[in-house]
Amino acid sequence: MDALTLHRIHFAFTITYHYLFPQLTMGLALLIVVLKTMALRTNDERYDVAARFWAGIFAVNFLLGVVTGIPMEFQFGTNWSEFSRRTGGVIGQPLAMEGVFSFFLESSFLGLFLFGEKRLSRLAHWGAAFLVCLGSWISGFFIIVTDAWMQHPVAYHLLPNGTYEVSSFWGLMMNPWAWLQYIHNQCAAVVTASFVMSAVGAFYVLQKRSSDYGRIFLKVGVIAGIVSCMLQIFPTGDLHGKYVAKHQPVAIAAMEGLFHSEKGAPMVLMGQPDVENQKIDNPLAVNDVLSFLIYGTTSAEVQGLDQFPRDQWPTTLPLLFYAYHIMAGLGTYFVAIMALAAFLLWRGKLETTRWVLWCLLLSFPFPYIANIAGWMTAEIGRQPWLVYGLMRTSEGYSKHVGAGTSLFTLLGFLGMYSVLSILWIVLVYNAIQKGPEETPNHEHTGTLAGA
Amino acid sequence: MGMLWFWIVAVMLAAYVVLDGFDLGVGAVMLLVAHTDEERKQAYQSIGPVWDGNEVWLLAAGGTLFFAFPLLYASAFSGFYMPLMIVLWLLILRGLSVELRGHVHDEMWHSFWDVVFTFSSGLLIIFFGAALANVIRGVPIGPDSYFYLSLWTNWRTGANPGILDWYTVLGGVLALLALSLHGSLYLALKTEGDLHDRCYALAKRLGPAVVIGCLVSIPATVIARPNSLANYEKHPAEFLAPVTVAICLVLLPILIHKGDELRAFLTSCALLIAMLCGAAAGLYPVLLPSTLGSQSDITMANALAGPHSLKVGLVWWSIGIVLAGIYFTTVYWLFRGKVSSYSDTYGH
Ligand code: HDD
Ligand code: HEM
Ligand code: HEM
Repeated sequence: MDALTLHRIHFAFTITYHYLFPQLTMGLALLIVVLKTMALRTNDERYDVAARFWAGIFAVNFLLGVVTGIPMEFQFGTNWSEFSRRTGGVIGQPLAMEGVFSFFLESSFLGLFLFGEKRLSRLAHWGAAFLVCLGSWISGFFIIVTDAWMQHPVAYHLLPNGTYEVSSFWGLMMNPWAWLQYIHNQCAAVVTASFVMSAVGAFYVLQKRSSDYGRIFLKVGVIAGIVSCMLQIFPTGDLHGKYVAKHQPVAIAAMEGLFHSEKGAPMVLMGQPDVENQKIDNPLAVNDVLSFLIYGTTSAEVQGLDQFPRDQWPTTLPLLFYAYHIMAGLGTYFVAIMALAAFLLWRGKLETTRWVLWCLLLSFPFPYIANIAGWMTAEIGRQPWLVYGLMRTSEGYSKHVGAGTSLFTLLGFLGMYSVLSILWIVLVYNAIQKGPEETPNHEHTGTLAGA
Repeated sequence: MGMLWFWIVAVMLAAYVVLDGFDLGVGAVMLLVAHTDEERKQAYQSIGPVWDGNEVWLLAAGGTLFFAFPLLYASAFSGFYMPLMIVLWLLILRGLSVELRGHVHDEMWHSFWDVVFTFSSGLLIIFFGAALANVIRGVPIGPDSYFYLSLWTNWRTGANPGILDWYTVLGGVLALLALSLHGSLYLALKTEGDLHDRCYALAKRLGPAVVIGCLVSIPATVIARPNSLANYEKHPAEFLAPVTVAICLVLLPILIHKGDELRAFLTSCALLIAMLCGAAAGLYPVLLPSTLGSQSDITMANALAGPHSLKVGLVWWSIGIVLAGIYFTTVYWLFRGKVSSYSDTYGH
């Protein structure tokens, strides 16, 4: 493999792995604030215990987010040096702001939140939880501003030495792409957290232990779940899709597998793109729907891949097609299962409908898959550009770092991250097995470490 | 503008060295001073609530470097590729050891993470020291402003050095001595009983070693980079830094012998800051000197980002750093005093 490919895999692997953790961090932080708020309002001790239980899991997850995030920050320089040199004047800005505004906030108040429950008043402890949540959401915002500038560069100008500079700070922060991407992505983080919470709730209820807490988790998880899953498709996903269609028409054509421009373009629900012969194998398609989704009328013409020169097509087209369809397919499933669960919850029958509980329990990996697929859609859809329309991916990597070296460190990360995965699974499984009642006062050493 | 950002990045790095320095130092000496499980637990608790915040200074400094001097960030990070990746792996191991040790009650689990903690902390310090020495000595930057440094060549300085040569290894050793001292002083401040006494005894022995190390490093630097003195001759005000270093080196052993723990620790902070300022002053306005001739040095002038970015940056950076200062004061205040005074009131 050549150096470029290896650097791409290196980045893709480490970022994808990193993002497994922040999505739960951001979503769970919000749900913990919800639990703490309920505790304050109802004075019911159980909500505090529930919040404490999730704080323990949060702590492990946060730690893994931190240790896998640090390599991300470095890799812009180590693996993408030419990209960093040219665009640092723009994207360095939000990245540095992320450190200064959110990492300090999160890391300071997480210590207080985890250790300070007895030293702080109840309201102050709620405040610590809120600030941790705020910190992680600010973190997500700045990173998405960074990514959005690569997808849709705005507010920049070219300096004589060939590097880019921000021309308007507000222009950069108010990039419409960033806001659309941010709401869609944050909503997805809440989807992940609510599926995880409902799965643990379903587990306890099915096991007939800690059922009090099981019920609380199911209630909070399912209500947050139905709201976020619906928002995920409409309006956030829909708006985001229309914006992509407007500014990256070639990406949308590839996502949908539309090789030829068409009036009343069909939406392909399933199929296998055959790039050589420019067609979809085994298509399962609904006529006119794509035109309607993008333009609001069934007769509008949607540009197909044939409108664009071949060297602007996304490089790994079938993967893009599948990633997009997996995301959208799972999104539809999420709404269905959560709507059913919410209905049963409302009728008071959720706890006794065992097959739905089983579905909730087994579904918790899917939001992770949907999130990864969503990011793959965005990032592969951007190819062959590193910064859309300005800089090709092939121009951005570190020319002085050889392919062998990159492979070596990629293997190193693979090994290290396998260990992390095992630790995560063992520790979270331990916490769930122990259950909410048994959390208090065992030994702990670090800040992040729960109880 | 360039000078301002140069010092902003330098100050952030100094904050990193002073703050994360003590928790790295605690890690490096932990196996030496803390013998029982209970003592080791205290060592972890002394840094528990603050280590992650301390480490954020590295990230924030890195981010600031990225946006203020993109060329330097690009060139240095890709040029130091291998050692940086090793640093990343060590940072991962260290973060895990601090946080995960307490999660399982088992002697084997504990002693495993204790060894990982000491190993990764110690090695990180050596790498950071060597990295600083690399920046002082210079690296073979080519005409395209990039370089790629191998881990070692012939262990000599010169036009084509490795990351490790006699000079940078010396830098690593000096850093290990200085931060071990820093860490034992901090741990002594936070603990009582046997652990405290052992930390203190170690500090007494490390004091003179640090003094000798610093004295050796001066001629070594002049040999490794002959024109580092030129800057000082041009700007005599810069002599303030080495003079401060000298004063600290005299004060430190005296304070340790008098048993004045707090002042000794603060002097150790001042020593670290003064050493870093001394190094920065010797370079300025060069950011990364080239061993292939000064025409390919990375300097402030060629690495600085555009003027508008920097102006905007100054506004948010000032706000952000004041906020960070407030958070740090709050956390250090709430967890002040000896570990035993707050560990039993830990929340859930
Ligand atoms: C639980 C996760 C999840 C679910 C169920 C969905 N999405 Fe999504 N989607 C994401 C998680 C996500 C994401 C991970 O958050 C992405 C990747 C980049 C980003 O900002 O958001 C994303 C990106 C993303 C993009 C941008 C692709 C690009 O930038 O090229 C579009 C057009 C959609 N989504 C559309 C949808 C639609 C129409 C969905 C419903 C059927 C949907 N998403 C469900
Ligand atoms: C701020 C956020 C992000 C930034 C700045 C960013 C930037 C980049 C860069 C520089 C590359 C390498 C060049 C390339 O091949 O395109 C890349 C590729 C990639 N990224 Fe992202 N990324 C971000 C978020 C994510 C996330 C969260 C994921 C997934 C969970 C992701 C998945 C990928 C994938 C799969 C690739 C490989 C694409 C390919 O090789 O075709 N990215 N991204
Ligand atoms: C290339 C892109 C990325 C970089 C450079 C990066 C960098 C980092 C770093 C350095 C940390 C550790 C902070 C600490 O020490 O406290 C971190 C954690 C975090 N990151 Fe990322 N990250 C990237 C992608 C993302 C994305 C795409 C998101 C979400 C949208 C995200 C959200 C978070 C959050 C919420 C945390 C807090 C800790 C945690 O969640 O476990 N990051 N990131």
